[in-house]
Amino acid sequence: MPADHRSGSSILRGVQASDEVEPTEEWRRPSPRLLHVRRLEVGIVTLAAAVAVGIVGALSSEWAGAIAAAVALALGAAAEVFVRRRVHAWSYAERAEDLLVQRGVLFSRLSVVPYGRMQFIDVTAGPVERSFGLATVRLHTAAARSDARIPGLAREEASRLRDRLAQLGESQAAGL
Amino acid sequence: MSVDRLEPAVWHRLHPLSPLVRAGRATIGLFIVLAPSILTGRRSSGFAYELAFVAFLVALGCVSWLVTRWRVEDDDLRIETGLIRRQSLRFPLAQVQAIDIVRPGLARIFRVAELRLRMAGSTGATARLAYLHERDAEPLRRRLLALAHTGVEPELTVGREGTAAEDATESVLTSVPTGRLVASILLSDVGFLSMAIFTGLIVGAIAARSVAAAILGGGAAPIIIAGATLFWRRFNQEYHFTLAEAHDGLRLRSGLIALTSETIRPGRVQAVRMVEPFLWRRLGWCRLEVDVAGRQRRKGEGEAQRKQLRAVLPVGSRALADELLERILPEVPRALLPPPRRVLLKSPLRYRFLAWGRADSCVVTSSGRIRRVTSWVPLAKVQSFRRTQGPVQRRLRLASLHLDTAGRSVHATLRDRDVAEADETLADVVLLARAARAPAG
Repeated sequence: MPADHRSGSSILRGVQASDEVEPTEEWRRPSPRLLHVRRLEVGIVTLAAAVAVGIVGALSSEWAGAIAAAVALALGAAAEVFVRRRVHAWSYAERAEDLLVQRGVLFSRLSVVPYGRMQFIDVTAGPVERSFGLATVRLHTAAARSDARIPGLAREEASRLRDRLAQLGESQAAGL
Repeated sequence: MSVDRLEPAVWHRLHPLSPLVRAGRATIGLFIVLAPSILTGRRSSGFAYELAFVAFLVALGCVSWLVTRWRVEDDDLRIETGLIRRQSLRFPLAQVQAIDIVRPGLARIFRVAELRLRMAGSTGATARLAYLHERDAEPLRRRLLALAHTGVEPELTVGREGTAAEDATESVLTSVPTGRLVASILLSDVGFLSMAIFTGLIVGAIAARSVAAAILGGGAAPIIIAGATLFWRRFNQEYHFTLAEAHDGLRLRSGLIALTSETIRPGRVQAVRMVEPFLWRRLGWCRLEVDVAGRQRRKGEGEAQRKQLRAVLPVGSRALADELLERILPEVPRALLPPPRRVLLKSPLRYRFLAWGRADSCVVTSSGRIRRVTSWVPLAKVQSFRRTQGPVQRRLRLASLHLDTAGRSVHATLRDRDVAEADETLADVVLLARAARAPAG
């Protein structure tokens, strides 16, 4: 189970200082296999794009086709770097009364969802995710804009999280 | 008084005239769509298809009326409808956010009214009883509200005396004079734009006929029609607006042809918003709107209702708005903190309006480029918190904080705060919200 103790994200230092009852939250990361899923997805798209662009280019001349395909592949390789950084940016922490989800590199986001506010929990897995034994857990609140999504959780971790969140949500439920 | 018709646990039908009213409204819509071709007489083929369509609508309405019935069951309102796909809808009254009585022009002629129950929950459905007899709507609404409030069946108020007595307990908080309403619509963004176009048209017509024709031909006509429609819609909706406070919540009444009467249950307000358009600010006017839980997109609801929030004060002075605000929210933060000066680099237009403040149970934020929008969100209603930071913000050491509510469109956003301040605030606000939720949950 991939759980790393980061030295308390700077974002929440305030919470820790003012909330001494709680232990330092434990930040967890999605499964390392998520990187493979994302890489595979990027790879498939890149390959498809390279083939398509190559064929279109080859209609005018062979060289143009080769260059276009190479450019597409290079872009795919560049995208791999972004994907890796983005996958590493995902992390979540279960605190006593709320769930924290952190994501994003360029546009970083930290969501705080109190358990009492959860309406329901989704566990979904696409075909690629499923073949790697992963699933995405998503929390829904009454607000349409709150998005707390954790992708790439190992299946047993996903169901553990789902059950725990459901249990916490029930015990702390608050009215609208 | 037809109290027997409101007897609980008995299946009721809707008013027998409802298919007619519904079809009639559709017919008016059809007529408006076809008006250009009718007026220009381009269609010589007659209106056999249209007539058949209207007849079809009436027939459809009759079938729908025959298969629809409703009753109050314990704490639920149950509606059964559908001929082929039978539906049994159950609306738990405890989740009612607001109850509206809507009477469009045609419905008023036939003395019927529609009852709309706005529900909370992720579906955000609206229970509609269209149409009921006019004199049944008000007692039924009162009963449903009382049921929703306590879960206990109240004594049925029999006779007119009871009705009058209960109505008398409400105290009128404010009403909007017609002159001010007209002025406010004309001075609103859209109103001003259409006024400008109209003036330009007249000036153009005086200067040279061809100019006016060119403007009209060049696509100004739809804009003018849209402007006039908007003007009319707002005028019709907000004419003779009255806000009253009663034991079962805030009562909003307004309308010229289509009358609406809404009741918002206390404690169901998710957020309050004050809008000050550019031109209104000179006059010290503002518009105060409240947001209740529900989803943005809803089937079978008028377009106007979907987009617009319910105004608690369509137009009024700041002082009046402040007074109302204090009635709606228990604690209103007074002191507002401006953003750091470097925000000027990122959002120069917004800078002068950006501010936020907080009390123990409420957060206020203001923003806007041309018009100022101030939002109040009670911390007890916040669903989730988000801290976001984009690349430009990171450069400037800024971050934004979002407080999401279950409302339809009002959310508090602390835009462009210093990173340290945002982090500290996030931590504080999470704790405050926890404390604010505690007594409720």
